[in-house]
Amino acid sequence: MSKIVQLISNNCGNITPDSVDEYVKAGGFEGLKKAFTMKPAAIIAEVKAAKLLGRGGAAYPAGSKWQHLLEIPEFPKYIVCNADEGEPGTFKDKLLLSQEPLRVIEGMIIAGYVFNSNDGYIYIRGEYEAIQRTFQKALDHAIEEGYLGEKILGTDFSFNIHIKTGAGAYVCGENSALLNSIEGKAGRPRIKPPHLAEVGLFLKPTLVNNVESFATIPVITQIGGEKYLSYGTKDSGGTKLVCLSGHAAKRGVYEVPFGITLRDIIYDPEIGGGIAGGKKLKFFHLGGQSGPCGIPAQLDTPYCYKALRTAGLAVGSGAVVVMDESVCVVDYLKGVTEFFIHESCGKCTPCRQGNQQLYKILCRMTSGAGAQDDIEKIHGLIDIMTKTSFCGLGQAAAVAVSTCLLYFKDEFEAHLNGICPAGYCVFESEIEALR
Amino acid sequence: MCKKLNHLQIITIIEAHGKSKEGLLSILLEIQKASEENYVHEQWAKLVAEQLELPVSKVYEVLTFYAMFSTKPRGKYVIEVCKSTPCHISKSDSIVKILEKELGIKIGDTTEDKMFTLLYTHCVGACDIGPVLKIGEDVYGNLTVDKITDLINAYRGA
Repeated sequence: MSKIVQLISNNCGNITPDSVDEYVKAGGFEGLKKAFTMKPAAIIAEVKAAKLLGRGGAAYPAGSKWQHLLEIPEFPKYIVCNADEGEPGTFKDKLLLSQEPLRVIEGMIIAGYVFNSNDGYIYIRGEYEAIQRTFQKALDHAIEEGYLGEKILGTDFSFNIHIKTGAGAYVCGENSALLNSIEGKAGRPRIKPPHLAEVGLFLKPTLVNNVESFATIPVITQIGGEKYLSYGTKDSGGTKLVCLSGHAAKRGVYEVPFGITLRDIIYDPEIGGGIAGGKKLKFFHLGGQSGPCGIPAQLDTPYCYKALRTAGLAVGSGAVVVMDESVCVVDYLKGVTEFFIHESCGKCTPCRQGNQQLYKILCRMTSGAGAQDDIEKIHGLIDIMTKTSFCGLGQAAAVAVSTCLLYFKDEFEAHLNGICPAGYCVFESEIEALR
Repeated sequence: MCKKLNHLQIITIIEAHGKSKEGLLSILLEIQKASEENYVHEQWAKLVAEQLELPVSKVYEVLTFYAMFSTKPRGKYVIEVCKSTPCHISKSDSIVKILEKELGIKIGDTTEDKMFTLLYTHCVGACDIGPVLKIGEDVYGNLTVDKITDLINAYRGA
């Protein structure tokens, strides 16, 4: 039996992305029509029953977030879609934005209806310029057909969606930084509290959800929260888009129900298809650069929020980067850390300096100049970064390093003794010997 | 006003975005694209600041915060090679070496004829076809030596 369950990606590749007509024929906008017959609180009750956890990576319960905003009496309220997908190994929002934009739009309209909001913003990363155009066409067509704009479907409810572009800053994926960027400022995160539900975009109450979360809303509204939940496990509702990259034989985006195992995701012939070239799996990196790494012994862990967390792993953004035996763990982590050096906004010292110091030590190790107390120094840095960074970026930047130290300590130690077990690193001493 | 863009062109871009402070990123991106040298000149930034009633420092803060902007002229085509980990383990290093050889420049530099600038970038969301490079808004994946040579020749002839 196929392990793939398509609730939010079934139109991908099957319809013209910006065609309202084709979207409606495929069952589109049924969720919205049903929502219009429901009270806002009832819709939120369904989102809660669905146990939808934020699909951007933070896994915050969407129902609680919505409830909080509903209770805020101030207006106007804004609906914001976070489409600043920049997490390495993550390309699922791109699939939805380019292939199912109308589903994302439908989810945003339902949110607008729930909060009696008239304006939504979708912040799409600058690198997805072509997708911004597709999305605009989808918006235009939705307006022409009466699903968006003034007096939607003959009701008194009016809602518009505006596209805002990013310009290359990973930290804008952090919701408060994203709002600053929409306002035309540098995308640095804001201090919290106040919560964005209280003081958000243009200082007004704001809902920020990820693309995949919004795409899920019409499904939940249409089939009901309980039914949606039943596709997954009892605490991780529904399905998740996972992104396979690296040395997986079949790289790509797959929609899977929560509860199948990591082994299914990496090895099922319909999903990852095993390791490319028939090689052996060495480790995998889940949920993005700030996510934990795991090893083959953990392959039978069910892919759901609770089981992964118990195993020291995480769903995060849905990224599954697969590494075969040719990859050197220390070199890999150098890449991860270099990424965070580039993407740190520089506002706080633990993140700005911590990543640079980590990188220096890892470089020392891969060049054969590591010192015996370097591993201890790494632990110290991880501790400070995790506990004292200003925002989630710095707090989680060292998670990959910390989990790899758990499973591959001997590989770090080998580097200190001038050996790269993967045979990837070229040490200074070897270069000397060649001279 | 200097070189490629004149005063009127900049004003037109600003007004197309409703002359609003919130439009700053879009305005600067469009100016950069229109410049044909993929950058925002100091004079243009000053004009944007004046028109949006922002301090020049605010405009520069945005220009230097976001990775897509440059305040220095670059080649007509900016080639960005993804170095994020999924591409790194798919041997993006060797892609850079091939490009350096093909273009006769080092990473970070611009060719003498001002056609190409070679840069690293982080994830462009195409990890399923890594190693990848991006030229403007076009992403090219599953790169090989032959593909790269053909690609560069196609852009040279464009």
